[in-house]
Amino acid sequence: MIHWRISHVGVGTMRAHSGGGIFTTRPASADAGHKGSGRALLSLRGVTATLGTAKVIDNVDIAVSAGEIVTLIGPNGAGKTTLLRLALGLLIPDQGEIRRESGLRIGYMPQRLTVDPALPLTVRRFLALATTDTGRRVEASLERVGAARTLHTPIQSISGGEMQRVLLARALLRDPELLVLDEPSQGVDLAGQEELFALITGIRDERGCGVLMVSHDLHLVMSSTDRVVCLNRTVCCTGAPLTVSSDPAYLRLFPATLPGFALYAHRHENGVACRAGDRHDG
Amino acid sequence: MDDFLWRALAAGVGVALVAGPFGSFVIWRRMAYFGDTLAHASLLGVALGFVLHVNLAFGVFCVCAGVALLLLAMQRRKRLPGDAILGILSHGALSLGLVTVAFLETLRVDLVSYLFGDVLAVTRSDLIWIYAGGLCALGALFVLWKPLLAMTVHEDLARVEGVRVDLVQTAFVLLLAMVVALMMKVVGMLLITALLIIPAAAARRFARAPESMAAAAALLGCVAVGAGLWGSLRWDTPAGPSVVVAASLIFALSEAVPVRR
Repeated sequence: MIHWRISHVGVGTMRAHSGGGIFTTRPASADAGHKGSGRALLSLRGVTATLGTAKVIDNVDIAVSAGEIVTLIGPNGAGKTTLLRLALGLLIPDQGEIRRESGLRIGYMPQRLTVDPALPLTVRRFLALATTDTGRRVEASLERVGAARTLHTPIQSISGGEMQRVLLARALLRDPELLVLDEPSQGVDLAGQEELFALITGIRDERGCGVLMVSHDLHLVMSSTDRVVCLNRTVCCTGAPLTVSSDPAYLRLFPATLPGFALYAHRHENGVACRAGDRHDG
Repeated sequence: MDDFLWRALAAGVGVALVAGPFGSFVIWRRMAYFGDTLAHASLLGVALGFVLHVNLAFGVFCVCAGVALLLLAMQRRKRLPGDAILGILSHGALSLGLVTVAFLETLRVDLVSYLFGDVLAVTRSDLIWIYAGGLCALGALFVLWKPLLAMTVHEDLARVEGVRVDLVQTAFVLLLAMVVALMMKVVGMLLITALLIIPAAAARRFARAPESMAAAAALLGCVAVGAGLWGSLRWDTPAGPSVVVAASLIFALSEAVPVRR
């Protein structure tokens, strides 16, 4: 059985190149050291986590540098959200080490947020919960994500796409060095998804912040990320999008999703492990 | 108007002012049954206060605080669903209270007044407890307001943004225990939750911000107290239930009134 692990290579200085970044995939025995000039904001080493009795994350190494967009992909139940929760410190790992740069400011965008209709809350007030300064900064961050017109709207009555933008605006209010986004394009139509990823890339370019996100939209991920981590309880493969998309481990998890080949992905939903030599039969 | 009526009105208004903001949070955080559990536990507090010769409101606060902390601890272990835990503690504490009361001759006679409140028997020292305690509770809630609101909207997001969720939650349930202790004499343990959530529910339709809902809830609570006491005097009905009937009518009216949005 061969496990492929990430090797941490900083790509922070190369963000101007689309899909830029050096990458390597190496067997587990290789040293996963950090090279390159981008400073590591966050790194997980040998992290293992169990929920109840199930081991959902198994010996995962991952690192995010300043200015780098790292995207986690993987089938349902692969542990993507759990990995984000570990990175955020919301969950304590059973084993392994999680290192955050001291004083790291994180902007977090949760997967789903619904406000109880009994709570009267406008978008403005919702955003103001994240910051001590009010007024101008709240409006500016809402303008940045292109949702300025929702400012005085009750948060329960904005659309799914607007909600994702408002959540992004709230994450920006933290003046983040690292953005952690859990399926940012959820509930957004196809055109809106492209806009949203362009927005995320633009914010990264402006601020030089690192981005760690989970996404299901493989074809979109390919064009707007520096490094893809294909996760299925453990890291199957990792690297620049183009390289990962031709990796055998990736193709086993996501058959027929070569760039430009298919818009709909056929995915394993049964959580198969990535083993060299497995044949895809579904 | 007699002295005891003024005292009743003052006590009712004091309690309603505190109940408005706390009741709003009880609704937003879906803690109605939690409030009920604390209220049920308060009978045990009365009994223990009687046995140990301490102020009854203080006895109620101690027992409610204990039950609230036990609830939090059990909920965090997540072995059982939240409502099952509430059911166990709520009825366990109520029954323990009733059994204890059965041993106390004098208290057994007064049982109805503890179940349904005895606002007309409010003393001057009760009033001091209600206003001093109420002011403390409101002051503390004011300090906790923003973090509590943030974690009510989304707990993980608040945690990432630096809110000390466990601390704020513990502080809030302890304050709620205090509010229950203050309210018990006025509306009685069976109707405490009613005065917490009904005015707040009625206020929802007129509010566009959390603070305005809390303020409107306090105001509508005061109206309910006034109307309830008046009705109680007019038709010789029990005071606590009359206040809750008035609050329910206000809620029904609020649902019927068209609101421009």
